[in-house]
Amino acid sequence: MNLKKHIAHHVRDIPRSGIRDFFEIVQSMKNVISLGIGEPDFNTPWHIREAAIYSLEKGRTGYTSNLGLPRLREAIADYVLKNFGIRYEGQTEVLVTVGVSEAIDLALRALVNPGDEVLYHEPCYVSYSPSVTLAHGVPVSVPTFARDNFRMTAAELEKKITGASKVLMMNFPCNPTGATETPEELEEIAALCARHDLVVLTDEIYSELTYDGARHVSIASLPGMRERTIFLHGFSKAFAMTGFRIGYACAPAILTEAMMKIHQYGILCASSTAQHAAIEALEQGAPDVESMRREYELRRNFVVSGFNEMGLECFKPFGSFYVFPSIARTGLSSQEFSVRLLKEKSVAVVPGTAFGPSGEGFVRACYATSLDQLKVAMSRIAEFVRETRAARAAA
Amino acid sequence: MDALLTLLKRDAHAPPEDLARELSLSVAEVRARIAHYEQDEVILGYQAILNAEKLGEVSVTAVIEVKITPERGGGFDRLAARIAQFEEVTSCYLMSGGYDLLVIAEGRTLQAIAAFIAEKLATIHGVISTATHFRLKVYKENGALLHREKSEPRLAVAP
Repeated sequence: MNLKKHIAHHVRDIPRSGIRDFFEIVQSMKNVISLGIGEPDFNTPWHIREAAIYSLEKGRTGYTSNLGLPRLREAIADYVLKNFGIRYEGQTEVLVTVGVSEAIDLALRALVNPGDEVLYHEPCYVSYSPSVTLAHGVPVSVPTFARDNFRMTAAELEKKITGASKVLMMNFPCNPTGATETPEELEEIAALCARHDLVVLTDEIYSELTYDGARHVSIASLPGMRERTIFLHGFSKAFAMTGFRIGYACAPAILTEAMMKIHQYGILCASSTAQHAAIEALEQGAPDVESMRREYELRRNFVVSGFNEMGLECFKPFGSFYVFPSIARTGLSSQEFSVRLLKEKSVAVVPGTAFGPSGEGFVRACYATSLDQLKVAMSRIAEFVRETRAARAAA
Repeated sequence: MDALLTLLKRDAHAPPEDLARELSLSVAEVRARIAHYEQDEVILGYQAILNAEKLGEVSVTAVIEVKITPERGGGFDRLAARIAQFEEVTSCYLMSGGYDLLVIAEGRTLQAIAAFIAEKLATIHGVISTATHFRLKVYKENGALLHREKSEPRLAVAP
C-alpha cells in the first residue's frame, strides 16, 4: 500500500525541519556542550512547582473552562495591563493555550482563508512558515538584515504587501536573532498595518528578557492597534516553564471567540496543573524572572564579547537569550560550520538556515546554559575558528 | 550590590578577563575595582570551600551559644571581639533571642573543643553560660552542596 499518497498534500510538502536533522547528529554524540537548546537552563522556581504539586494534592485535576481558569484569565489580564499597558477583559478576551505554539496555530486557523497571504520577518522561529501552510495560507517572508541588527523595517515590509496580504506575524525580541524593535519602528509598522488592513499576530514570549535597560513595547499598545492585534504570550521563557506547555492569547472578544471554537474541539482546555502553576507564576514570580534576567544579561555580555573577539561579528542583542553571529569570515556555510564545530569540537550551535534561507552565513547560539559551560564552549569555538582560518590561509 | 561582587562571591577564582566580558568592562577597570574593594575591606578574603568528607581529616565543629553580660558603654562588643580573637573560633555573631553570641569553633578533636570551652571561653569574666552543639554531618557548606543532584537532561537541540 502506498501510504505516502494518502498524506494530505499540504502536509507532505512541508520540508523536514533543519533543526530536527541537526538534532539527530547531536543525539548520536557524547559530551557535547549544546548552545542549541532554546529553553532556560534554570529549573522552574520552586514555589511554582509547589503550586502545581499542591493542586494535584487537592485533586484539582478536572477539565477547566475552555478559555482557562477564570482566576488565571483575570491574573493574565492584570499582568498584561501592568507590564504592557494593554487592557483586556479577562472573561472574554483571554484564551489560555498549550504554549504560544498552539496560540499561533489557533490564530492562523481562525483568520486565514485558503490563499490569504501571511507576512512574517525572517530569520524567524521555525514554526511560522509551516503553521501558515497548515492553515492553508501563503507564507510571505520579509527579510531582515544584520546591518539593521535584524529589525524588521517598514520599508521591507511594504515591499511584500499585496492585495492578498491579511496577517502580519511578529516575534520581538526575536528567536533566533535576539532583535528588538524600537517604538518608532513599531509605529511605522503599525501605520502600514492600519493602511493595508492587516491583522497582527505578535508573539512576545521573550518580552521579559530585555537588557541594558531596554524597555519592551508591544505593538498592541500603540494607538488603534489593540483592535487589530492578537497578543500572544506564555510562561515558558520568563518563568522557565517550557515543559508545562502553557501560554495565552489576548484579543478582541470576536477574535478570541473564533480561536476558542478551534481550541475547544482540538484541545478542550490547557492542563489544569499547568494552569494552577501559571497563577502562582503571575502572582508571585516577578522576583524570579528578574534574577534569571540578570543572569542572562551577564552571559549575553560574555558571549557577545567572545564572538567579536574571535572575529565572528555579532551585534549585542537587547532581548531573548540568543545571539546570531556571522560566520561568513570562516568561509563556511552555516550548515558546514555547525556540523564541523560539532564533530571537531563537540559544541552544538544551530545553523542560521534552520530559521529560513536568509539565515545563511549565521548561526544561532543560545546562552541559556551555565556560565561554566559557556566558557568552555566559547574557547572551543575560538579554537575552531583559528584552525579553520589557518587551514584556509594555508590552502 | 555591584554585579562584580555577585560574580566574585560565586567564584572568587574567575579570571578578570572573563569578569570583564560578563560586565562589559575593561580588564583594567575590573582589576581596579577589585583592588579598591580589597583596600576598603569590602572583600575580606578569599577561601576555598573544602569537602571535609573527602578530605578524610578528622575535625570537629561546634556551635556554641554563649550568654554574656553587656558592659556599660561598650555593650557586647568588647567581649565579643575578645572571643572572636581565639584561633578556634571561625565565626562569631551577636544574636537576638535566648542567648547573646553564637560562636562557631573548630578543633581537631572533641577534647580539644571541650578544653577550649572549659579553659578559655567559659572562664572569661562576663561569660555567664555556654551551651555547645556538635556538628554531625554536612549537607551544604557556604552555599556549596556536598552531594549535587544531577539535573534532568535537556533535549540536545530545541527550536
